[in-house]
Amino acid sequence: MRAGGQGYARIAVKNEILREVERVVLALNVNGETRQLLAPVHKTLLEILREEMQLTGTKHGCELGECGTCTVLVDGKPQLSCLLLPIQLEGRAITTVEGMASGSELHPLQAAFAELGAAQCGYCTPGILLSARSLLEENPRPTRDEIREALAGNLCRCTGYTKILQAVELAADRMR
Amino acid sequence: MRVVGKPLPKVDGAAKVTGRAVYADDMLPARTLHCRILRSPHPHARIVSIDTSAARRIPGVVAVITGADLPVRFGILPVTQDERALEHEKARYVGDPIVAVAATEEEIAAAACDAVEVEYELLEPVMSIEAALEPSKDERIQDYGGPNNIHKLVALEFGDIEGGFARADHVREDVFFFQGNTHLPMEQHSAIATCVDGKVTLWSSTQVVHYVHRALSKVLELPMHRIRVIGAAHGGGFGGKTDPFAHEIIVAKLAMLTGRPVKCTLTREEVFYAHRGRHPVLMWVRTGVTRDGRIVAMHFRSALDGGAYGSYGVASTFYTGALQTVTYDIPAYRFEGCRVFTNKPPCGPKRGHGTPQPRFALELHLEKIARDLDIDPVELKRRNFVKPNTRTVNWLRVTSCGLEECTDKVLAASRFHERRRTPGRGMGFAISSYLSGAGTAIYWNDMPHSEVQIKVDRGGVTVYCGAMDIGQGSDSVLATIVAEELGLQPADVRLVTADTDTTPIDLGSYSSRVTFMAGNAALEAARKMRAMLVEAVEAGGHSFDDVSFEEASILAEARFGTLTAAGSYTPPTIAGPYKGSGVGPSPAYSYSACVVDLDADARTGLIRVNKVWIAHDVGRAINPLLVEGQVEGSVYMGLGEALMEEQVFRKGLHKWPSMLEYKSPTFLDMPEVETFIVETNDPEGPYGAKEAGQGPLLPVPPAVCAAVHDALGVWIDEIPVTPEKVIEALRRKDKGEAPRYGPPRFPSIPYPPAIKVEPPPRDAAAASL
Repeated sequence: MRAGGQGYARIAVKNEILREVERVVLALNVNGETRQLLAPVHKTLLEILREEMQLTGTKHGCELGECGTCTVLVDGKPQLSCLLLPIQLEGRAITTVEGMASGSELHPLQAAFAELGAAQCGYCTPGILLSARSLLEENPRPTRDEIREALAGNLCRCTGYTKILQAVELAADRMR
Repeated sequence: MRVVGKPLPKVDGAAKVTGRAVYADDMLPARTLHCRILRSPHPHARIVSIDTSAARRIPGVVAVITGADLPVRFGILPVTQDERALEHEKARYVGDPIVAVAATEEEIAAAACDAVEVEYELLEPVMSIEAALEPSKDERIQDYGGPNNIHKLVALEFGDIEGGFARADHVREDVFFFQGNTHLPMEQHSAIATCVDGKVTLWSSTQVVHYVHRALSKVLELPMHRIRVIGAAHGGGFGGKTDPFAHEIIVAKLAMLTGRPVKCTLTREEVFYAHRGRHPVLMWVRTGVTRDGRIVAMHFRSALDGGAYGSYGVASTFYTGALQTVTYDIPAYRFEGCRVFTNKPPCGPKRGHGTPQPRFALELHLEKIARDLDIDPVELKRRNFVKPNTRTVNWLRVTSCGLEECTDKVLAASRFHERRRTPGRGMGFAISSYLSGAGTAIYWNDMPHSEVQIKVDRGGVTVYCGAMDIGQGSDSVLATIVAEELGLQPADVRLVTADTDTTPIDLGSYSSRVTFMAGNAALEAARKMRAMLVEAVEAGGHSFDDVSFEEASILAEARFGTLTAAGSYTPPTIAGPYKGSGVGPSPAYSYSACVVDLDADARTGLIRVNKVWIAHDVGRAINPLLVEGQVEGSVYMGLGEALMEEQVFRKGLHKWPSMLEYKSPTFLDMPEVETFIVETNDPEGPYGAKEAGQGPLLPVPPAVCAAVHDALGVWIDEIPVTPEKVIEALRRKDKGEAPRYGPPRFPSIPYPPAIKVEPPPRDAAAASL
């Protein structure tokens, strides 16, 4: 363990720290709304969403691209927001969990997850909902194995995955 | 029952699927400072000097503190107050906190940690149970306990152990090892504190707001009423957030010093070092049985690798010997336990706290005895099952017990006895039991373990309780019970929970206690409230069932004024008459039985679990959907421990402190789980309910190993069952050696003479003692 407890992720930052942080003007399209913001150039999409845009529905479990917790959709495809720099994403459509419901009506996946107890602690839930939404948009009638394959990059420690699989299947049925 | 027993959605379901639930790291009040902690890079070292001057000069750094600022020791157990929020004399594991920085940006705080100069004098680290039993090369890790680096020794004897072994037709000894593993909650620990007008408020991802409250008061030297602890939405615990942690105390201190909100969120790597997870336990068990497989005497020894601090370790040690008797009738029993200090992150409670390890050993040991006697293992176990309404030899009171029914369910569903014998495919069976809450509090007191208040006004119901929902659904349980009594739906009930300023106490989400204890407190409060409503309605000449709840509440508020009702729960005094009897008693025990079906590849050693059948005696399912979720999650976690999870170290460093390298089951690894809920209607549980969240993990690892033996004819007496171990056991089998992989021997440990305890009388009256 390196000093400061940040491990292998931080060495590059060390010598930069006393410099002025470079900021850039970004225009990000998140959940259908384009917002301009002045953001530190080195911040990840995860950090920008959570800290600069107050979209804290996107969670983080490792910030190293290993757990899937921070999954968002970029042009409909699941991506790990902890590994993306916003500067790459101008003009792309970013979707977070806050953008899943239509007004006050839950997305069928959200409704099914709530109904079947597929969210226990709920921390991995936003990422899994978005991975599942991407799957159902491409494949409205997935088999259980196809759901497993599509969600295999998202870890969950509470549910044993069973109720999540059932909830995705229920939502798929209702969306037909 | 209108809502109890129905598969209703969790009351916080919508908040969790929309991203609205606020976890500790989601909070970012104006002017928040970010805290990072400099941790020891050495497993064992004296701290000679700490120079923070360069760190303080970095622009953006607002405060830097060391152990001199927080010298008061704390710890979860009153007998092991051995931790400091920041250590300034000695580092005892890689990751021990040394210096904390608060800065305007997290990167600045991290850079300031890098700028701190700490001079260490390195000491020889102690890295294994065996090494801890020997004299230290330099010095002992802690200055209490002993001899050498032994933390705790216990020895208890119940009944006539020598006579029992003398009567045995067959005696067998085995040695087992259960490797340590960690909770790996998806959410990293996080805490944020403010200090306004001399009053500290802490929001934290904790399972135990009350114990954090106590530790803050002690270390900050502030009275408890000047501190408020609030449980933020919780991203997973499994026992890993059940200690008061250094970062919680540190942010509170930094908030006091700076007058600004201060937040600390651990990195994933730090979470692996914060740990408090499953103890690695080496076990030796010797059992005497009659020719027909009845247990006459058992002698069980455990050696726990505790890591560098006490944590829950004294309780963990007792738990490795306590619950063997709760599933099997053992007329004479000796338990000797030992916990050692090593220079590794402290171990503590993980789901099942100290009992999955001996359960693993016991179940496999009985499998082997059954084969020695040529008796079907299931039959041998059944012949020794405890009966409901009995007292065990170590004075544990068993009330409701669904062991037989659980066993019947999984055997029938899996067609266990009709299975086809095919090389490479096997089935294994195991049972278990767990507490519905510890019968004694962590610190001795006569007060209730859980308290609930209900307020009704203008038709609205609010329930106040200190219980912390960690995802298991304790808020939903409270809402369901109150709704049932008042004729409402759970969604109609507002909840205020886990806030030391506004809610009455609950000791926290540990030892599977919340449904039983907070549930009973809620039931008492709700029945009192209902009685007031009924009285007011009937005084008005109506019947309670004929008026709306709103009308009833208006009549009652007019009649009585402010409508509040309170309930509390104190466990019955049932501990046995001996020192150490406080660990093990519970107002009720859950029971589980499990069958695992798997393929084991003799060529690669790879294991693929095909299906798990599990039956769990939950007493009564307040919400069967949530019970299933707890059972499925327990099976998942048990499979992870059985097959892949390992918290292991090389030269003091964690071998794989990341979620990629620390293997845990994914969607692709997890088999189908068929869950059977068995209801025995416990006489003391709320509506008959017992625990669901921990017990179902316990039978899974031994059932996996029994199934591996069924498939390949080799015993893997050590988990996780990795391919390497399977291949090595098969190699030994091919060479004509013992077809086994596991620890060769149990070390010599200087256990004290056993305290001899007279068992309770073995008649019907014993149950009600």
